[in-house]
Amino acid sequence: MNYGRLALPVLALALAPLLPGIINRTKAVVAGRDGQPLLQLYYDLAKLVRKGGVYSRTTSWVFRAGPVVGLVSAVAVLTVLPLGGASAPVSFPGDLILMAYLLGLMRFFTVIAALDTGSAFEGMGASREVQFSALAEPVLLMALATIWLAGRNPASPVHGFLFSLSAMYSRLSLATWVRSGPALLMVAGSLLVVFLAENSRVPFDDPNTHLELTMIHEVMVLDHSGPDFAMILYGASLKLWALGALLAGLLVPVRTGNTWLDAGAVILGLFVLAVLTGVIESAMARLRLTRVPQLLVSAGFLSTFALALILWS
Amino acid sequence: MSVPTSKIFSMSNGQATDVSNATGMGCADFCESIIEAVKQGLRISALFARPSEGGRVRLWAVLSHDAQAVVLLLYTDLEGNRYDSITPYCPQAHWFEREIFEQWQVKPCGHPWLKPIRFHAPYRVGESGKAVAQIGDADFFRVAGDEVHEVAVGPVHAGIIEPGHFRFQCHGENVFHLEISLGYQHRGVERKLIGGPDRRTVHYMETLSGDTTIGHTLAYCELLEGLSGTNVPAKAQVLRGVALELERIANHTGDLGALAGDVGYLPTLSYCGRIRGDVLNMSALICGNRFGRGLVRPGGTGFDVDGQRRDELLNRLDTLEKDLSVAVGLLWNSSSVMARFEGTGAIGVRDGVAMGLVGPAARACGIERDIRCDMPNGIFQLYQIPVSTGLTGDVFGRGYVRWLEIQRSIAFIREQLRGLPGGTERATPRAAGPGRIAVSLVEGWRGEICHVALTDSEGKFAGYKVVDPSFHNWFGLAYALRGQQISDFPLCNKSFNLSYCGHDL
Repeated sequence: MNYGRLALPVLALALAPLLPGIINRTKAVVAGRDGQPLLQLYYDLAKLVRKGGVYSRTTSWVFRAGPVVGLVSAVAVLTVLPLGGASAPVSFPGDLILMAYLLGLMRFFTVIAALDTGSAFEGMGASREVQFSALAEPVLLMALATIWLAGRNPASPVHGFLFSLSAMYSRLSLATWVRSGPALLMVAGSLLVVFLAENSRVPFDDPNTHLELTMIHEVMVLDHSGPDFAMILYGASLKLWALGALLAGLLVPVRTGNTWLDAGAVILGLFVLAVLTGVIESAMARLRLTRVPQLLVSAGFLSTFALALILWS
Repeated sequence: MSVPTSKIFSMSNGQATDVSNATGMGCADFCESIIEAVKQGLRISALFARPSEGGRVRLWAVLSHDAQAVVLLLYTDLEGNRYDSITPYCPQAHWFEREIFEQWQVKPCGHPWLKPIRFHAPYRVGESGKAVAQIGDADFFRVAGDEVHEVAVGPVHAGIIEPGHFRFQCHGENVFHLEISLGYQHRGVERKLIGGPDRRTVHYMETLSGDTTIGHTLAYCELLEGLSGTNVPAKAQVLRGVALELERIANHTGDLGALAGDVGYLPTLSYCGRIRGDVLNMSALICGNRFGRGLVRPGGTGFDVDGQRRDELLNRLDTLEKDLSVAVGLLWNSSSVMARFEGTGAIGVRDGVAMGLVGPAARACGIERDIRCDMPNGIFQLYQIPVSTGLTGDVFGRGYVRWLEIQRSIAFIREQLRGLPGGTERATPRAAGPGRIAVSLVEGWRGEICHVALTDSEGKFAGYKVVDPSFHNWFGLAYALRGQQISDFPLCNKSFNLSYCGHDL
């Protein structure tokens, strides 16, 4: 293990809360408002950790475990997460499955912590979250499989050891884009859908709404307070960072071989992605809830077509 | 035997008459006459009870005959504490009969869902004699079954809105039935008005429902002017009309913004929020208060508009029109918003008529119902604003009707201000006559506002009834949710945007 590479997760831990700030600032600018400070989430986290928690008598240890497991899973994801050409501290064949399942574990604990409260709203939110993520997960895996296929050398036989996130992303160069650009663009499209859906952004969910009956992710964390809520907010921003990095690493094919340059380019890409998210949220309305699965399934088809395109090209 | 509508005493909007002129009849005739009249296309504008001699209760009905531009007045003296409900034959009466039951412990037998609509103690001890339930304590309609679940929302909400309780019977995300329980805002205003008018009365009127300050105060003033035979100067009539339409524009603008907000469409939300403030500031330019408090007064208006302020208003009106066209145009032109609005919470024209909907909610279904046109009073007798209707009866319809009304109100204000008459803006109101009854209808921005007053032998209020448009429309909201997605409730709710305190009074 290369200790220098630990810089990547550390950077993520430090910079992730900036992304929601950029999104909110973009929305404010588009709407003609001044908006909240860029560092608002840092202030919120600092405020929340100093507060005490409030726990309902009907909840059990599961409710308290939810935020902790969620945050730990999100941090664990960072250890296998490359930033474009900059490899992660840990990489092994199949680590992308681990990443998908760590995100799954995070979701699972958020969901059962929500169910633990016994609230009708949180039950509804949990049911929606599970339904939508069950559809989003295959899209993510299909997209990653396509990226792996696109990056392999057609002349050489398939190497299992390349089936890790860091290896996949370091092989994605400008040449790969020239070779199979259309397919990668389709993958990027489906990854964008996953990114927005999994991070409960418009058009799938509205992070700003206060209406219990329409919320998905936010309604599940209504009962969490103080440090627990800080962990949830922080974990959510790490998840935003992680899924954003998968997309930005694909779209920014800077592979200089210098870890710092590669990582810096992707981080810049992440910020641009946050601006893009803000623009999307400013420009369109939320989908009707019954339409969300249709869009997710369409994204699945998109990445499947991309896979087929690469297999038979 | 029902009494034909032509035989029932009728008068025009804003008029007063001696109580003895109203048509009295037996209880069975009373009920049948109402049912028959509603079948012929009349509407129940008010149905309420007042105490009568010997501890008995008198039921009053005010029926609106839109086609003939008159209101019908009829009453009956109940012999006992019960009568046969008219709701099974006339769904419009549903809420009114529950209110009568709640206030006077008079039981409408055969009412399909009889329970109080608020939680206060009854005004008299009826046959049951039992104390009234605790606040929030009520039976709710329930759907049984393993796969059915119940969602209870409120009365404390996550947003800063008024308190109300909503019970959804759901199958997954689908709503079978929604029951709305209000009454948390009850202040007892109607009882406080008895013995008036005094110095407080007009302030009660201004706060019946804060966003309808002009509408309710105007209904009250026109009622009082009818009771006392006061003539209002032409300038005051114009200013009242302008204020009423400004209130309509401000609230409709806020609603369109909020509709956009509920589907997460930020541009219109932000712009309309700002523009609503601009409109409120126009009201403030006239009278110093953004909601128009102090403007409408018995006998005229409390403030005058001079030439300079008129020009300023006209200037602001031009800017307003331009800004609003852009902000609201974004809404109709973005397909993601239309996908949410269209087909959500639709009400058919027959159901709308049967439930007796009023205001934009009724007009969105295609019902041509507008007091400014049907039974005009004040400036609207001289200047008719075209009725804006939709066809779809869904969220889009209710939103689009609002937009049409905004445009027509802007045109109305512009024309009225350009031709602003001279002279005084206020006449000295005379005292109300004794033993009279008056009805005043005003098309507020939510719909028909109905005020009914009865005076005693000294010309003081012996009874005062306020029917806010929300009173007619709350059931419409519950009905619109049937078979819809529970996640669409906030959107439907906003498209009606009903008043809680105006209902609870």
